[in-house]
Amino acid sequence: MTAPLLETRNLSKQFIVGSRFSSLGLRVVHAVDNVSLKIMPGETVGLVGESGCGKSTLGRCITRLYDITAGELYFEGVDISDKSMRQMRPLRRRMQMVFQDPYASLNPRRRVRDLIAEPLRVHLNLGETEVRERVRKLLEVVGLSPDHMERFPHEFSGGQRQRIGIARAIALEPSLIVADEPVSALDVSVQAQIVNLLADLQERLSLTYVFIAHDLSVVRQISTRIAVMYLGSIVELGLARDIFARPSHPYTQALISAVPQPDLKRAGERKRIILTGDVPSPIDPPQGCRFHPRCIYATDKCRKERPILLPLPNGRTVACHYPLNGTV
Amino acid sequence: MLEVKDLRISFRTEHGRVRAVDGVSFDVAQSEILGVVGESGSGKTISLMAVMGLINDPNAVIEGSIKLRGRELIGLSQRQMRGLRGREIAMIFQDPMTAMTPVYTIGWQIAEQIRAHEKIGRRAAFARAVDLLAEVNIPNPKEAIHRYPHQLSGGMRQRAVIAMALSCHPALLIADEPTTALDVTVQAQILDLIRKLRRDHKSAVVFITHDMGVIAEMADRVMVMYSGRIVERGTKAEILLEPRHPYTKALLDSIPPLEGEKPKRLRSIPGSPPSLFDLPKGCSFAPRCPWRFERCAEKPALEGGKHAAACFLKAAS
Repeated sequence: MTAPLLETRNLSKQFIVGSRFSSLGLRVVHAVDNVSLKIMPGETVGLVGESGCGKSTLGRCITRLYDITAGELYFEGVDISDKSMRQMRPLRRRMQMVFQDPYASLNPRRRVRDLIAEPLRVHLNLGETEVRERVRKLLEVVGLSPDHMERFPHEFSGGQRQRIGIARAIALEPSLIVADEPVSALDVSVQAQIVNLLADLQERLSLTYVFIAHDLSVVRQISTRIAVMYLGSIVELGLARDIFARPSHPYTQALISAVPQPDLKRAGERKRIILTGDVPSPIDPPQGCRFHPRCIYATDKCRKERPILLPLPNGRTVACHYPLNGTV
Repeated sequence: MLEVKDLRISFRTEHGRVRAVDGVSFDVAQSEILGVVGESGSGKTISLMAVMGLINDPNAVIEGSIKLRGRELIGLSQRQMRGLRGREIAMIFQDPMTAMTPVYTIGWQIAEQIRAHEKIGRRAAFARAVDLLAEVNIPNPKEAIHRYPHQLSGGMRQRAVIAMALSCHPALLIADEPTTALDVTVQAQILDLIRKLRRDHKSAVVFITHDMGVIAEMADRVMVMYSGRIVERGTKAEILLEPRHPYTKALLDSIPPLEGEKPKRLRSIPGSPPSLFDLPKGCSFAPRCPWRFERCAEKPALEGGKHAAACFLKAAS
């Protein structure tokens, strides 16, 4: 068996909010709570869940943009949980991020040439001609033309800007790319282009992706495995095609059933579960199973005992006392 | 209920005139939901802002006719429009936070809206606000009226805005991407709510979205817009099952499926929507269209009766 490219062991991230002087005092937000996840080389792991479930925070912990509060984090076999920013620097070449908003993540005062050259200049000791040549190649790889080099970000459409963001991310030939909602800000017709580009690049450069998105059909398309998160924890983990065909956690089932689909022929067959209420606050999460206040199958056991992630016979890992098909 | 004929909206800018909407005609009947689909810059929002009389830009030129229950809206003064807005037409927006003022409680804001249109006491208006919040399924409405917008979650805030929009039983409700900023689970709740309101109040609804899935759930009839024009219109089944315009077809094809076999690659539309400053001479979609031929250098008209498409392909084949 190959070693995982990245592994988290009981990783937690807490934020302190509020003020000592407010009536509520300082409060702790458990944004990511005890997440253990192995990411194998060459695969794409999709992180899904509602807003506030901790998927973006987990993505930022993985790349150490955030310091982690507890737990361990291994990248290419090395423990990077406590590495300082300086010690992280050489590793940053190997792990890169692509962000949601291509309008906000590119410096508007710099030309595309410099934007893409920046990581090369920071990390590699190359001559200017070599840098230029690489930038030209990168632009081609992401489907832009070399004429675009001298332009500024505002001269591009959203899709093209996201291509520039991707070019920056792959410039140093990383092994891991964490993409946080890379297509959510784009029009539907352009979304498909970027999803295809990411899939092509993965094959060409043998990349590993962590793909964070709230759009379930996009995540299903690009992911090998999917981790469903709820209130900071993973509640279900398994192969993308299995999870969508037969969800085991009631939350996954409700989430998938809520997605409106343009398929009129099958509209009658689909059963819709409408969850009531909102996601509870991660400051004061419910006792027992964190999903129980919104779960249609909840029992007394769910209200008292918090289920742990356990493997099912079908290869899935689920945190539920009563998984939907097969028993623990 | 609403009849829009040959609506044209353009803006005078320093780079010349920009035509944002170019000859758009549509109508909506009582208890009907008309879905409007299109990408950013397609003119879907601006057309309906014109219906609301919300285009205040002095450089905007609005031509054509917008009739609500037979009454012409173009040319009405701001004051006359203000009398109609809220009472006859209401609009809900993508971001509920911008639709409310942060400095007053939601109960105050709903009551104010009612009192602007009806002769009714403060206490009675607040009582109506409580009923409205209950109608949109906000738990504990008696307490909720004392909350400020920032104290509510996104879904609850959108419900409060819907309650405000419904306060005077408008004949026409315009919903501009009301669920885009919400999670799917909350989106399902809000869509359910809008359907229920259509049933109970027999309002006409214009539902603007870019999500074909939402169209499938909500709309009776659909119009598809591309760079300021309607490229196809028909019933929901016609548009989703037998799309005639290559753009509609491509849009449907580019959505990854949620069931069945995963396609190896998604079918995407090459390029990006054209800039309104520099529209192609003929069909605006032609540069991205895999089926374009010589005739596409002319502008196609929207033809074909009820299920109409603005494309020469049908005529050629």
